[in-house]
Amino acid sequence: MRKNNPKSQSTELELDQPNIEDYLPDGHPIHQEPRGKLRLCDLLDISPTLSEAAGAIVDDSFLRCFKSIPSEPWNWNVYLFPLWCFGVVVRYFVLFPARVLLLSFGWMIFLSAFIPVHLLLKRDNNLRKNIEVFFVASWTGVVKYHGPRPSMRPKQVFVANHTSMIDFIVLEQMTAFAVIMQKHPGWVGLLQNTILESVGCIWFNRTEAKDREIVARKLREHVQGADNNPLLIFPEGTCVNNHYSVMFKKGAFELGCTVCPVAIKYNKIFVDAFWNSRKQSFTKHLLQLMTSWAVVCDVWYLEPQNQKPGETSIEFAERVREIISQRAGLKMVPWDGYLKYSRPSPKLKEGKQRDFADLVLRRLEEK
Amino acid sequence: MGNSSSMLTQYDIEEVQKHSNGAFTQQEIVSLYSRFCQLDRKNCGFIPSDEFLTIPEFALNPLSHTLLTMLDALNFKDFVAFLSVFSPRATLQHKIEFIFKVYDTDCNGKVTFRDILRVLKDMSGQFMPEKQMEEILTKVLEEAGYQKDSVLVLSDFMKILGDKGVKMEVDFHVD
Repeated sequence: MRKNNPKSQSTELELDQPNIEDYLPDGHPIHQEPRGKLRLCDLLDISPTLSEAAGAIVDDSFLRCFKSIPSEPWNWNVYLFPLWCFGVVVRYFVLFPARVLLLSFGWMIFLSAFIPVHLLLKRDNNLRKNIEVFFVASWTGVVKYHGPRPSMRPKQVFVANHTSMIDFIVLEQMTAFAVIMQKHPGWVGLLQNTILESVGCIWFNRTEAKDREIVARKLREHVQGADNNPLLIFPEGTCVNNHYSVMFKKGAFELGCTVCPVAIKYNKIFVDAFWNSRKQSFTKHLLQLMTSWAVVCDVWYLEPQNQKPGETSIEFAERVREIISQRAGLKMVPWDGYLKYSRPSPKLKEGKQRDFADLVLRRLEEK
Repeated sequence: MGNSSSMLTQYDIEEVQKHSNGAFTQQEIVSLYSRFCQLDRKNCGFIPSDEFLTIPEFALNPLSHTLLTMLDALNFKDFVAFLSVFSPRATLQHKIEFIFKVYDTDCNGKVTFRDILRVLKDMSGQFMPEKQMEEILTKVLEEAGYQKDSVLVLSDFMKILGDKGVKMEVDFHVD
């Protein structure tokens, strides 16, 4: 579990949250045409506010983004059930061992070549690509790429919506990217330190306060470098369930580069690729993928965007988010993905409080 | 698999229905159970109150702090009972009682000037100075026939809010 550090996070959350009231559900707006002089019953009647609180308890647009939406079970009758059982046997005892073997084989080749190469050369894309292919084959990824493949140019970053750690692998198959990732513990961290370092990846740590500035500097340095791999950033900052998109962090959009949006949409026909980090570890998630029939997804490379004159970084980020969400069929919600890990700032209340104060003062004027 | 109503028996649903005075249909209770399980992340059978603060929409509600004391360690039956006041089938009396409870934090059946002021402060934050609030409240109380040091009980609330009527409802849509 991530440690909460509300004090250090709160200032960042404030910066990243413009115009939240534009998005919020309008259920029972406090200023719903009350007329006439202010009376005691008006002051005491807090029912609209209470209704909003209860509404949020019953359903809210933030937790919806991280809910694994199960597909309807189809194996519920006497004909389909044995078929499903047969499928389970095939998936667990044929496909899974085959994939594990394939993956191990790939790793063996890779490591036997990687270690000497790593000591001699800095970056070897072909070797890395080979391991990616094995990875994707290990869970039989059926990936369809749309749109013109991005041409590699300096001063260019790629942004994509984030559903699972495998997003990175799916995109890497096509082009060599340097990605910015959260430092993970365990075997994933080991992988990050060794292999991924060689493609020029950057690490960040959500829980560290000063980390933001350090990372911003690293990002800038990377895009300046002429022969670095193009940078791939997931501006949502966390895995979302592929039905919604949360707010994009502005970091990727204030580097003064062209931003190439990439939209990824997974087809849940065989397996749900969403990694619900609240519910399962990455290892469990990977095993789930490897014992399924296939992971099917679509990748769209969309038209590169530049910051328009007079547009702030946040507006730019939201505009690109809209382009990606529209293409991948995602609903946009106004929340910062980091709210998954830390408490919202108390300043969020201020909009509602200001409205209430204005309303009371206005009605005081009326006779 | 994914369908959580398999964990709730018909008997459980009926018991919960009774406990919440028939405010919900069986379908609504099943839907609420799925929400309860989503909030009860550690599967301990109750929701710790700070779990509600992970819902940003709730955290930005000015009265969230006061409501949290009423939401502490609720098991599913109590969770549904708490929400039952927001059902369209709940009576006006039940709703006014609930509002009274929000003001009466020390649960002694009396709401004082300070109690009302506290709620008003939560509602308006830094956007209304305390002195101005006190003046407005005193004036409005006197116009309604009460003094600044009057103590309001439930029947007063029924009188004050009952005439105006209270619309306090939440849409419990079923997925």
